[in-house]
Amino acid sequence: MKKLGKIYLALVLFFLYIPIFVLIVFSFNESKSRSVFSGFTLDWYRKLFQNDIIISSLVNTIIIAVLASIISTVLGTLAAIGINGMRKVPKAVVMNITNMPIINPEIVTGVSLMLLFVFFAARMNLEFGFVTLLIAHITFDVPYVILNIMPKFRQMDPHLYEAAQDLGCNPFSAFIKVVLPEIMPGVVSGFLMAFTYSLDDFVISYFTSGSSSQTLPVTIYSMTRRKVSPEINALSTIIFGVVVIILIVKNVIELRQMKKKEA
Amino acid sequence: MKTKWVSAPYLVWMTVFIAVPLLMIAVFAFTSNDGGFTIKNIQDVGQYANIFFRSIWLSVIATAICLVMAYPVSFILSRMEKHRQATMLMIVMLPMWMNFLLRTYAWMTLLGNNGVINHLLGLIGIGPLKLINTSGAVVLGMVYNYLPFMILPLYSVMVKIDKSVIEAASDLGCGSFATLFRVIVPLSLPGITSGITMVFVPAISTFIISRMLGGGSNLLIGDLIEMQFLGNAYNPHLGAAISLVLMVIILVIMTVMNQFSPDDQVLI
Repeated sequence: MKKLGKIYLALVLFFLYIPIFVLIVFSFNESKSRSVFSGFTLDWYRKLFQNDIIISSLVNTIIIAVLASIISTVLGTLAAIGINGMRKVPKAVVMNITNMPIINPEIVTGVSLMLLFVFFAARMNLEFGFVTLLIAHITFDVPYVILNIMPKFRQMDPHLYEAAQDLGCNPFSAFIKVVLPEIMPGVVSGFLMAFTYSLDDFVISYFTSGSSSQTLPVTIYSMTRRKVSPEINALSTIIFGVVVIILIVKNVIELRQMKKKEA
Repeated sequence: MKTKWVSAPYLVWMTVFIAVPLLMIAVFAFTSNDGGFTIKNIQDVGQYANIFFRSIWLSVIATAICLVMAYPVSFILSRMEKHRQATMLMIVMLPMWMNFLLRTYAWMTLLGNNGVINHLLGLIGIGPLKLINTSGAVVLGMVYNYLPFMILPLYSVMVKIDKSVIEAASDLGCGSFATLFRVIVPLSLPGITSGITMVFVPAISTFIISRMLGGGSNLLIGDLIEMQFLGNAYNPHLGAAISLVLMVIILVIMTVMNQFSPDDQVLI
């Protein structure tokens, strides 16, 4: 039974990894063929780095992800504090609306924002591009920040804040010294979640970006529409490499922390 | 605590960028180009009933395959030693960190008429088979992209099932099948329901997977919506109506799913 389980797991992993493996192999392929490996080359990598559209959309993606995740972390942390202090009914209303971008299919969030931006574009001087992308990203990021922080309030003793004030803290310093450290793990995980969702988002960006400003996934999509572009293979290999390195570093750090705790 | 005011910026943001856009979908769905009230858009959605049925059908199949495939994976993971669990889970989730466009593109390379699979089949004298641009390819793409969405919630529920509960079941005379269906499945029900929603919702609303792997003949609801907003068929009123119907379908299915969930806790 145990052996059977291992074989099954190996098969599923094979299924999950084989497409990525093939992409990596063909990123070094000399010809444009997608089935025959004719010789080793690094040409596609060279072409990738000379491709201005890819480089500029990569820079754009990182700028938007950094800005959107920072803004949504601030906005979401303040929101969570306020929502936590609300009475039952307004709290339920706000939380239900906050959940909408998470529950709704991405395409619905995307087209709903597009409708709004089209409306503004017709009446004000709004162009589809950086600003609309940033607004869209903040909009789908904030709910994740709020949802990461809210449980921390539930775990916290509500009397701590009052006790801090009884002991001479003003409301602001009581918040900084007592409440913030308690909710910090939620703030950090919310920020990281927002950042990764922003980096990875395609659907909502697709509906809210313009020709002046695009994110990497949108550029990748337009590349896949063309027949064969082995630069995508090279790009995938690089992204995969970066992801593997980040996850290994993260795991090593976590393992060290666990050992420290044990010691 | 008088802290309500600090959420004011977010409440404004939420109203303008979440609530108003969703209301605009409803307004667009029930108005015509000149702004008058009409139910013509909703009626027009009926013309696309076949696309709706195809989307529901393909995403139901993909969700079912994901469940069957993921269940043993999550169980095996949850029974491993603690330190190996973390590593294995990371290995299982790692492909998810690649953008899903690239993952889908990878299958285009594999399934294409001149692709790797057909090339290998050719070497042993079979084919070429028509693999890409079929509904099977679309289902495969959905399963591949969303399988981890099923594994994760199942795993997080199963890891909480105490080993001694399973041992007790077999001590009390349950065979392995009875243990599975009378102990493990009922205890993992919250994971099953949240896994199903996490796979079904993106599957039914995708437009990339069908576009890249289904060719032109396997349009899904997502493609239909996209065409109304960014395609040649530009008609945001019809697009809004289709989006509205899609939201209602998902709402109905999620309500049904929640009936099976023993507690109202939603896993994300």
